[in-house]
Amino acid sequence: MATTIHERRTAKRQAKGLTFNPSRPVWKEPASPFYNAIKAVIIGGITLSIVLPILLVVSTSIADDEQLTAAGGFGLWPTHPTHAAYQAIFSGEFMFRALGVSAFITAVGTFLALFITITMAYATSRPVMFGRPVLLLVLFTLLFAPGLIPMFLMVKELGLLNTVWSLILPGTFAAFNFVVMRSFFMNIPVELIEAARIDGASDFMILRKIVLPLSKAVIAVVGLFYAVSFWNAFFNAMLYINDQTLYPVQLVLRNYVVQGGSMAEAIGVTSAPPPQSMQMAIVVIALLPILIVYPFLQKHFNKGVITGAIKG
Amino acid sequence: MSQTQQESVKQLEAAVELPIPPAGTNRAPSRKKRSKKPVDHDGVPVRAVSWKLRLRRDKQMLLMMIPGVIFLALFFYTPILGNVIAFQDYQPFLGIGNSDWVGVQNFIDLYFNPDFWVALRNTVVLAVWQLVLFFPVPLGLALIVDSLISTKTRRWFQSLVYLPHFLSWVLVIALFQQVLGGAGLVNNTLRDMGFDSIPFMTNPDTFPLLATVQLVWKDAGWAMIIFLASLAAIDGSLYEAAAADGAGRWRRMWHITLPGLRSIIVLLLILRIGDILSVGFEQFLLQHDAVGPGAAEVLDTFTYFAGVVGGGWSMGAAAGLAKGVVGALLIFAANKVAHKFGEPGIFQKKVG
Repeated sequence: MATTIHERRTAKRQAKGLTFNPSRPVWKEPASPFYNAIKAVIIGGITLSIVLPILLVVSTSIADDEQLTAAGGFGLWPTHPTHAAYQAIFSGEFMFRALGVSAFITAVGTFLALFITITMAYATSRPVMFGRPVLLLVLFTLLFAPGLIPMFLMVKELGLLNTVWSLILPGTFAAFNFVVMRSFFMNIPVELIEAARIDGASDFMILRKIVLPLSKAVIAVVGLFYAVSFWNAFFNAMLYINDQTLYPVQLVLRNYVVQGGSMAEAIGVTSAPPPQSMQMAIVVIALLPILIVYPFLQKHFNKGVITGAIKG
Repeated sequence: MSQTQQESVKQLEAAVELPIPPAGTNRAPSRKKRSKKPVDHDGVPVRAVSWKLRLRRDKQMLLMMIPGVIFLALFFYTPILGNVIAFQDYQPFLGIGNSDWVGVQNFIDLYFNPDFWVALRNTVVLAVWQLVLFFPVPLGLALIVDSLISTKTRRWFQSLVYLPHFLSWVLVIALFQQVLGGAGLVNNTLRDMGFDSIPFMTNPDTFPLLATVQLVWKDAGWAMIIFLASLAAIDGSLYEAAAADGAGRWRRMWHITLPGLRSIIVLLLILRIGDILSVGFEQFLLQHDAVGPGAAEVLDTFTYFAGVVGGGWSMGAAAGLAKGVVGALLIFAANKVAHKFGEPGIFQKKVG
């Protein structure tokens, strides 16, 4: 009887007494040490490239002066951990203000953005009056952008320059998030909605009592997208804000870490810890909220919430 | 099926249908008017509702559209009209109403501005680098992840590679400085070992490579998500059948996996080509000073520096408008090409 290569290989390995992973599909070749080694190297390398910089930043932020001088400005593993850098950063109002501005923008912005996106997505997900033209109005934004300068002039005309609202309002709707939300709503069985309507529920009630409870996953994901975009934004602050007290964390990060401005001067401390530590402490502060929130929300990514939308 | 059986089936169907009244007969008196309108086969009115009735019926839905429509009006459609300053000699103290109209003079100036051509060249060069170096990475990553048997490994690896997508560009550049910068990990190690340090972060000649590596680090993992979804959609029995016929892992990849991904690869490739004028903005703005405008100036940063920083509002708006219009045409053309290839394209998908 003719045997396939794969059957012969299997037999050979079984003869050698190698064990099999039960979750491995039967038709797959037995695991090859060679390919597994290559995969392990690639996966390990990628993991290292992501973990190492983050570790480096955290260690540098808590490294002491001696270690930094010896190593030349960084620390891979803190020998004498100290929180002097954090103490210095939080000694003045400066960083508290920046954090407050960022937190306010993120919280209010995400709330408003979810409100606008959910109502708009639900209203256009049903065959209602003006649904089609409004949908086209939204989708056109995917094709064309008004441009930086007209946006700046508009924000100026609305009198939003130098207010936190200039950092919030222009970001409260994104067509991509709308598309994700809407395609999720369109997959909700229409019978549920019809049944509620027959029972006398209004459209507001259907949205609140039926659609929203079914859409927790997509709201979590879209909410994360909005929150991250508000937390990460630095350019609109650079464009619209002159007042230092309204700087969000990312702009502080840009001015004092990427551009290398003097942090100690801005805060007004005299006996400052090493500038590298202070810079990296700001990096950690900007990084931390994302690292905290991310694990709770990333589990939704693989449930097809996003890909469902992309694939139509 | 015999004749009698068929008849009994028909009878059964009739019996099932019986409780449902034929269209327009057994309606409540108040609905009498509606029953005269066109109905579908279930007796449900189709587009039979008058304009006023629909307005009343959809009142709440229309209310729900209002916040979004206000947003679009304020932060999208009105600013689009603001692009008229590209045809003006806009002066902030005069405003749009009182500034002089200069026709296409700003576009002519742009044409003779060498900095604009540098920005355009850099944009296209970076886009080509991204296409060649960035585009295949998520595909390769997806193939590796898909081949992992252990769901545990899969899950933590996916979570880890998605993470950089959620970090801001400021953070990414700060992290890169800490590793590759003049005082960073790599250069310190090089110096300790007696080598010269390498100016990774400030060399304009190697900047396209650096920028692409940064982009790969940040977004390649996230871009994998769409390939993974397509991989999951491939019918597993195809692999089984191929394996039974003696196809090895590489043959299965060539004859099943890649054809299964063909449509998504073609779609993404065409869209990327259509989007060639957008290579990113914050990444280049942040490194504009360190590398110099010769390498890091792209169309978007040109708009910013010429318009907002330099005060040439109209010139900047002209550059932005030119980029926007050409970009929209390219995306439109790319979508048409996608249709030609028999792929659904992006608009049809999103509208439908």
